[in-house]
Amino acid sequence: MKNLLKSREFWLATGIIIIIFGVTLRAPGFARFANLADIFNNTSMLIILALGQMVVILTRSIDLSMAANLALSGMIVALINAAYPQFPIPLLMLIASLCGLALGAFNGILVWKLNIPAIVVTLGTLTIFRGTIFLIAGGQWVNASELSDSFIQMTRHNLFGLPLLSWFAILIAIAFFMFMTRTPTGRNLYAIGVNPTASVYAGINVGKAKFISFCISGLMSGFCGFLWVSRYVIGSVEVANGYELTIIAACVIGGISIAGGVGTVVGTILGALFLGIINSALPVINISPFWQMAISGSAIILAVILNARGARTKGRLILKQKNEAET
Amino acid sequence: MSDNTPKRTLPDRLDSPLKAAFYSWPSLLLAVAIAIFIINSFASPYFLSPWALSDATFNFTEKAVIALAMALLIISGEIDISVAGIIAISSTMMGVALQFGADTPTLVAVGMLTGLICGAFNGALVTKLGLPSIVVTIGTMSLFRGISFIILGDQAYKGYPESFAFFGQGYVYWVISFEFVLFLGLALVYYILLHKTNFGRYIYAIGNNPIAAQFSGVRVARVKFVLFCLTGIMAGVAAVLLTSRLGSTRPSIARGWELEVITMVVLGGINILGGSGTIQGTVIAAFIMGLVTFGLGLLNVPGIVMSIIIGALLIGVIALPTLLNMLRDRLKQ
Repeated sequence: MKNLLKSREFWLATGIIIIIFGVTLRAPGFARFANLADIFNNTSMLIILALGQMVVILTRSIDLSMAANLALSGMIVALINAAYPQFPIPLLMLIASLCGLALGAFNGILVWKLNIPAIVVTLGTLTIFRGTIFLIAGGQWVNASELSDSFIQMTRHNLFGLPLLSWFAILIAIAFFMFMTRTPTGRNLYAIGVNPTASVYAGINVGKAKFISFCISGLMSGFCGFLWVSRYVIGSVEVANGYELTIIAACVIGGISIAGGVGTVVGTILGALFLGIINSALPVINISPFWQMAISGSAIILAVILNARGARTKGRLILKQKNEAET
Repeated sequence: MSDNTPKRTLPDRLDSPLKAAFYSWPSLLLAVAIAIFIINSFASPYFLSPWALSDATFNFTEKAVIALAMALLIISGEIDISVAGIIAISSTMMGVALQFGADTPTLVAVGMLTGLICGAFNGALVTKLGLPSIVVTIGTMSLFRGISFIILGDQAYKGYPESFAFFGQGYVYWVISFEFVLFLGLALVYYILLHKTNFGRYIYAIGNNPIAAQFSGVRVARVKFVLFCLTGIMAGVAAVLLTSRLGSTRPSIARGWELEVITMVVLGGINILGGSGTIQGTVIAAFIMGLVTFGLGLLNVPGIVMSIIIGALLIGVIALPTLLNMLRDRLKQ
């Protein structure tokens, strides 16, 4: 019980419920299942991307190229679909995912083999990916009329009362939960974030683990590239522009420490949902959508302050023990 | 090589200053810049005209002004991702002041003051509360631009006074624009600040080892706070220049600039992890980015394609020393 009260996930979940409750007082329809399912569906991609980003941040890196990777992978399948409407959709999904994986692996190799800080690598590849979209599409957009119907309907398919898009998010979230808590690789990622030096002594290949984390974030970006084109029915250079920072925001609100090693799958999902709920609650309670940016900015700052307070008490304790050991 | 020679011998003296300068990062960058300049002048007949070159400077001076302060901040081991957000809010505040009938000096003061306040806010969050600057400034980036959106919505402020246009559009002498002169002047100020003063040495000390710096009597928190304020003011200055050049304010102004400014700084040889780098490097990197963008522009290459080259340049110049070292090791074996 004490642990529960201390956990970030508990308070975040409580916060989300309070917001839903508060908004429902003003607009009775808000808490209906259909509406909540709709919000979840809108947040699905943010959840998937934030989970990918979480893995990278846990290893003390950061992936700024996720949104650009998403846009490039999405553009590639959009172009294929526009040129060959008969091309099987599951194969398109595979191509987008593999493309994202390859781009992520490129980031990972640079971080692993050349030891360039992740923020520099992904800052560079972010602009390279965006530029490449322009090149391969010749500066054109791929819009609704060019995409095949089965592609567009893909994510809207209703299964047991939820669109397929939501199911993807649920399945990926479960997979991540199992990966992070039940597999050695997942645990290694935490170990690296907490103490890279100790991890080396424990026999973990730190560089390779970082490489794997970038492959995961790339894979998620590529997969979401497919989902994005299907959901918003557009492929263009501008797709998901600036979204990389929203993804990081969801992670930070979810309690992922930017210093690495701290954070959970459940927290990340709640962080993404928090942003999603705020976005859809504002218009309902008659606040101009222009407030959205400032509110999510404040939420990030508040989350960082809360994260730091949690970490500080821990840090002091470690320092004390260290001093005792030294004397 | 015989086996009994030690792998590394300690040098009995330092490299001569000339030799050190020759092998330094800024000289490598300068060579790249000159190469780009020469390629450009061959590639397009319009490149070498004075007016064209003058136009080229407008591409990068506003970002470069921020990059100067950002360089110091990154050397000290922090970063500010909110600079484009600060431009948006500063520009919006100038627009608000304009609605109250402010004259040109007041507008400039409002722009710079807003920048200072935003920078101080970042600095306070980082130094007083001990938060990591990369996430704090991602938050304030949304907050600052968000405030612009709240104030302006989908509207725009227009109708800045005639005299205000001088900052972004005026020329000091012949083709030398005010923006360019201001940038060079500020570059000199920052060069002296970083390389010739105690304060500059403190910045390096903090970037290399904040704890050791603290124990050596450097007021780490205060230095960092001042650097955040400086970055804020520079973003305010950039807001004045940009607003004056565009003649209007929209909340989406300067979107995405934060990454371009950081690219400029990193390309300039500033270690993103802090502790090393020079102002000369940053200034040359600013010129490289400006020349590449402008040169390709003359060849009708769209702006977005240039970003591929900028991105490749960023990764390339940083990977190059590591790659050369790896190659050298392999050859030795």
